[in-house]
Amino acid sequence: MIKVYVPKDSSARAMGADEIVDAINAEAAAQEIDIVIVRNGSRGLAWLEPLVEVETPKGRIAFGPVSAADVKSLFGSKFYESSSHPLSLGVTDELPFLKNQERLTFARCGITDPLSIADYTSHGGFAGLTKSLNMKGSDIVAEVTNSGLRGRGGAGFPTGIKWKTVHDAKASQKYVCCNADEGDSGSFADRMVMEGDPFMLIEGMTIAGIAVGASMGYIYIRSEYPDAISTMKDAIRIATTANWLGNNIQGSAHSFSLEVRRGAGAYICGEETSMLESLEGKRGMVRPKPPIPALQGLFGMPTIINNVLSFAAVPYVMAEGSEAYKNCGMGRSRGTLPFQLAGNIKQGGLVEKAFGITLRELVEDFGGGTATGRPVRAIQVGGPLGSYLPVSQLDLPMDYETFAANGAMVGHGGVVVFDDSVDMARQARFAMEFCSIESCGKCTPCRIGSTRGVETIDKIVADVERQKNLALLDDLCQTMTDGSLCAMGGLTPMPVQSALKHFPEDFNRPAKMFAAE
Amino acid sequence: MSEKRILIELRAPKHDAASRIAARYDNKPDALLEILHDLQHEVGYVPEAALPVLANALNLSRAEVHGVVTFYHDFRRKPAGRHVVKVCKAEACQSVAGNELVAAAEKSLNIKFGETTPNGAVTLEAVYCLGLCATAPAILVDERPVGRVSPEKFKAIAAELAS
Repeated sequence: MIKVYVPKDSSARAMGADEIVDAINAEAAAQEIDIVIVRNGSRGLAWLEPLVEVETPKGRIAFGPVSAADVKSLFGSKFYESSSHPLSLGVTDELPFLKNQERLTFARCGITDPLSIADYTSHGGFAGLTKSLNMKGSDIVAEVTNSGLRGRGGAGFPTGIKWKTVHDAKASQKYVCCNADEGDSGSFADRMVMEGDPFMLIEGMTIAGIAVGASMGYIYIRSEYPDAISTMKDAIRIATTANWLGNNIQGSAHSFSLEVRRGAGAYICGEETSMLESLEGKRGMVRPKPPIPALQGLFGMPTIINNVLSFAAVPYVMAEGSEAYKNCGMGRSRGTLPFQLAGNIKQGGLVEKAFGITLRELVEDFGGGTATGRPVRAIQVGGPLGSYLPVSQLDLPMDYETFAANGAMVGHGGVVVFDDSVDMARQARFAMEFCSIESCGKCTPCRIGSTRGVETIDKIVADVERQKNLALLDDLCQTMTDGSLCAMGGLTPMPVQSALKHFPEDFNRPAKMFAAE
Repeated sequence: MSEKRILIELRAPKHDAASRIAARYDNKPDALLEILHDLQHEVGYVPEAALPVLANALNLSRAEVHGVVTFYHDFRRKPAGRHVVKVCKAEACQSVAGNELVAAAEKSLNIKFGETTPNGAVTLEAVYCLGLCATAPAILVDERPVGRVSPEKFKAIAAELAS
C-alpha cells in the first residue's frame, strides 16, 4: 500500500487539492494501484501548494505545485516509486525553506493526519497535558511564566502573568477563551493550526483550564474560516470520545469541555473584550478596561483569553520544559514566532523561527523577494494596524521591543510585501477606510476619526490645501492614538503615519483623485 | 381604514425555523450568533419575522436581537443569490493586483458589491481576509476557497455560476 499526502488546508484546497485527490483516486483505481490518500495539514510552503507527498523508505518525497492535469503524467512516471517527474522536489524535509526553520509549534503540522489521535500522540502530542494532569495549577502557571511566552495575538502580554491573575481569582466558574478571530490580513498561522494540528490547540487550552481551575472553554473562530470551524468541531468531538476532553480526563480528577463559536464577519471581534461580548451573543462592542477580562471576563467571570498560537505553544513548554522554549529568542522576546510571508512574495508561507531573525532574512532568504520580480518597496508587518516599513528597515530584527522602538509592531507575525508599484497614499487611505468599516462605534475618535481620515487623505492627494490638511491629519492621528478605547482606533494611525513618514513622495504628487470604490 | 388597528401584538409570533433552531441551542441567549448562522444557512437570510420569535425564545428585547443582526456583516436581511461569492479586499490581496480583481468582479457580474445578479444566480460580497494571503488574491465561492484569482479566472468562475 502506498501512502500519498494531499493537504486539506484551505490554501491547498484554494489551489485545487480536492480535484487532485479525485484524479489520483480515479487513476489509482484504473491502474489497480493500492494508494491511500491522507489529507494532511499544510507544510507551509504555500507557493508549492498543492504539495503532494509520497511516503518512501527515504522519507517523504514532495511534488509541487501539482494540478489535476499533472496527475496522469505523475502516474506515467510512477511517482509513487520514482522521483523522476519534473515536479519532484526531492525529500520534503531537505527543502531549504523547511530545513532552515525552527519548528516548535509547527513541528507536526503537515506531517500528521490532523484528526488522528494516534498520529498526534505518536508525534509527541498530549505529553504536555499528561504531565500537567499530575501537577498543581500554580506549578503549571509558574512553568508557563518561566518560559517567557508572550501573547502571540499581537499585544505580547506575558501569558504566565495573565494565567496567574485568573488562577488567583476566586470564583465559582472560570473560563478559557481562545481568540481565533484571525482577521489581520497577512496572517494565517492560526488557521493552519486549526486545520492542520487541531489537537495541539485543544491540548493547550486544556492545560490552561487545569492551571487556573476552569472547566469550560470556547474557541471563537471567524466565519471566514469554514474549514477551520469544521476541523475544530470534528477534533473536539474526537478528543471528547477519546477522553482527552470531558469529565475526568484520562482518569484524572480534571474535567474540561470545549465549544466552538462562530464569529460573523466583524473584524473588531478580534479585540478581546469585543470578542467576549460576541461570545455572549451580543453586538461586538468594546468594553472599557478595567475590569480586565482575567478578573471579569466571559459572563463576568475570571477568563483567560489567549490567541491560538499562545495556547499552541503551551504543550511544547510543558512537555519539553520552559528552559527549552526560553533558550531561543532575543531580549524579552523568548521562543519562536510562526511568521507568515504573504502578499507579493515569491515563496510565501509559514516560517517558524526564533525571535531575532531579520525582516531581510524572512523576505529575501525565505521569501525569495517579490512574486512579480520587481523591487520590494514596502512591507506591512503585524496586520492592518501595523506599520509600513521601507526597505531601509529590512535589517530590523523581529523582536517586540526593537519594533516598538522603531514605530512598528511585530504583532501576530504577518509580513505583507508590496513591490514598487504600490501607491502608499492609497494604502494609508485604505487603513482609515477599513477602520471606518470595522469600527464598533463605541468611541468617537475611532468611529468618526476614521471617516474624517479618509476625507482628509483624499484632500491631500487632490492637493486641496495640502499643507493644512497634512497638519490636520497628523492632529487627527494623535487624537485617535490617545483617545480610542481599543487598538482598532488606537493603532490605525500606525499604517497611516508610517506611510506618510517613509513614503512622503506618494502624498505630494500632482493632484489625483482616487477612483470611486 | 375599516379594519381594526393592532397596537400591540399579543399572540406569540410564528417562525417555525427560528423557534426550532433556538430550541436546538436550549434557547440560550449567548448562542444568538450561532442561531442566526443556522437560520441563515437554512432560510438563506434572516427574515424580519424571525426577530420577534428569537427575542421571545431567548428572553431578549427585539431591539437587542435587531442590534445583533445589524452589527455583523454576515447576516443578510434579504435573500441572497443561489451562489455567494466573497472577494477579499484586504492588504495582502491588494499587493498582488487585488484592486484589479475587485474591479473585474463587479464588471464581469455587472453588479456592485452587496448586490445580486438580476437572474438571482450570484451575490457579490466583500470580505476582509480569508487567511489565504500567501496564495492571493483569494475569493470564497460559497464555502469553497479559490486562490490566485486573476480577472480572467474570475470571469470563468462567474460564467460557470451564472449559468
